[in-house]
Amino acid sequence: MISFENVNKSFGRLQVLKDISFELEAGQSVALIGPNGSGKTTLIKTLLGMNVPTSGNIRVKGLDIRSDYQYRAHIGYMPQIGNYPKNLKISQLIEMMRDIRQKKGMIQKTDEELIDLFRLREIYDKPLGTLSGGTRQKVSATLAFLFNPEILILDEPTAGLDPLSSEILKEKILEESLKGKLIIITSHILSDLEELTSHIMYLEEGRLQLFKKMSEIKAETGENRLARIIAHLMSKKEMITS
Amino acid sequence: MNKVIKYVIYDIVRNRFVLSYTLLLLFTSLAFYGFGSEGNKGVLSLLNIILMVVPLVSIVFTTIQFYNSYEFLELLSAQPISRGTIFLSQFWGINLSLCLAFFIGVGIPTWIYDGTGAGATLVLCGLLLSLVFVSLALFACTLTRDRAKGIGIALGLWFYFCLLYDGLALTVLMMFSDYPLDKVSLALTALNPVDLARILILMKLDISALLGITGAIFQKFFTSEKGMIISILLLLFWIMLPLLKAYRTFLKKDL
Repeated sequence: MISFENVNKSFGRLQVLKDISFELEAGQSVALIGPNGSGKTTLIKTLLGMNVPTSGNIRVKGLDIRSDYQYRAHIGYMPQIGNYPKNLKISQLIEMMRDIRQKKGMIQKTDEELIDLFRLREIYDKPLGTLSGGTRQKVSATLAFLFNPEILILDEPTAGLDPLSSEILKEKILEESLKGKLIIITSHILSDLEELTSHIMYLEEGRLQLFKKMSEIKAETGENRLARIIAHLMSKKEMITS
Repeated sequence: MNKVIKYVIYDIVRNRFVLSYTLLLLFTSLAFYGFGSEGNKGVLSLLNIILMVVPLVSIVFTTIQFYNSYEFLELLSAQPISRGTIFLSQFWGINLSLCLAFFIGVGIPTWIYDGTGAGATLVLCGLLLSLVFVSLALFACTLTRDRAKGIGIALGLWFYFCLLYDGLALTVLMMFSDYPLDKVSLALTALNPVDLARILILMKLDISALLGITGAIFQKFFTSEKGMIISILLLLFWIMLPLLKAYRTFLKKDL
């Protein structure tokens, strides 16, 4: 569904992504992990077309992302920080996204489950500028799931959410994953990733160090907890890449 | 694109800054038209305020608005719409809001109290100047991701066009005062949208005699139909040039 072929990205002299290649299939649920500044966000932004790769090809559903922006109709994206126009109401933001998405003759059924679960309808008329960080996070999550996209990209989805909402969101992610959607999650909350993901993609210093099934890594490293596995990876990085 | 513009305008119109701008313009114009016995004096007094305030507000507001909605632009660019649409909807959203503010604040009072050709020229030039400085601001914004730098460049542009340029032009004219400079001074005017607007309005006010021989040449040029069209085209050019440059940069920019 998504393929990266030798993708490089540099900002001036700083090379952030180094020769990244991989392929993701529907139904996979991928944990994108790595230390701060390892290029996770840049990877996501490149996939979404916010950053333009210096070289290499990215394809979504077989189509090069540079040829047509319509591929983004298949993607639901939840940003790390949702900053929205301050004076718009929640209802207007949702309305706008609907206008953007449905214009192109692809009338999809919208998935309003999260609006109800997060009780957003009660605060539909509040301006976005007055919302707390957590509530804005809920709005972002809702927007990502709203159009039933086949690919979900979630950047730190549960950071900043209260435990109850965090559970609601995790339930939703699992549910969508079981429906066969491709899900990419970055997070530093390893316990969440352990629950939600089937694959691990480990980035360090802009290189893809490892992309494997969770179960395989567990067997290889002999560790059961993700935190231990990552510690293992970081110390024995050379062994795995060679 | 209209759909995004609609929401950009919803957002901006509810902004206190735009509301205060409208009220400021409204009070200023009402005050000037109220004091002056002759209509044209009102236009003349208003002219000087507008030539300073409109560019300043347009350029500062656009820059702040652009950087404040940066994350939102990112989110939009993850949706199935093109970068060009995102950029132009920002441009038109900001423009329509500022022009609406100007029209309510200056346009309507001028129409009621003045109603002459000079008044109409004043309103037209004010609207065009808003557009020019919005597009200059977007040009500054696309140059850098750093908010402080962006606002710095924008203010620098305002300073240059509104204050510095006249001094520089005057210096040039003084240095070469032994030569016939009528054509040169005409050309120098074209290089600054603010001067262009100022001369266009002054010529409509029939006070060109104050400007001496140059005034006569200006009078001949700017009051002729050809001159009017050329100067409005030049102002449009001043809108298009920075806008096009900003548009091109934005299409390939890393957000």
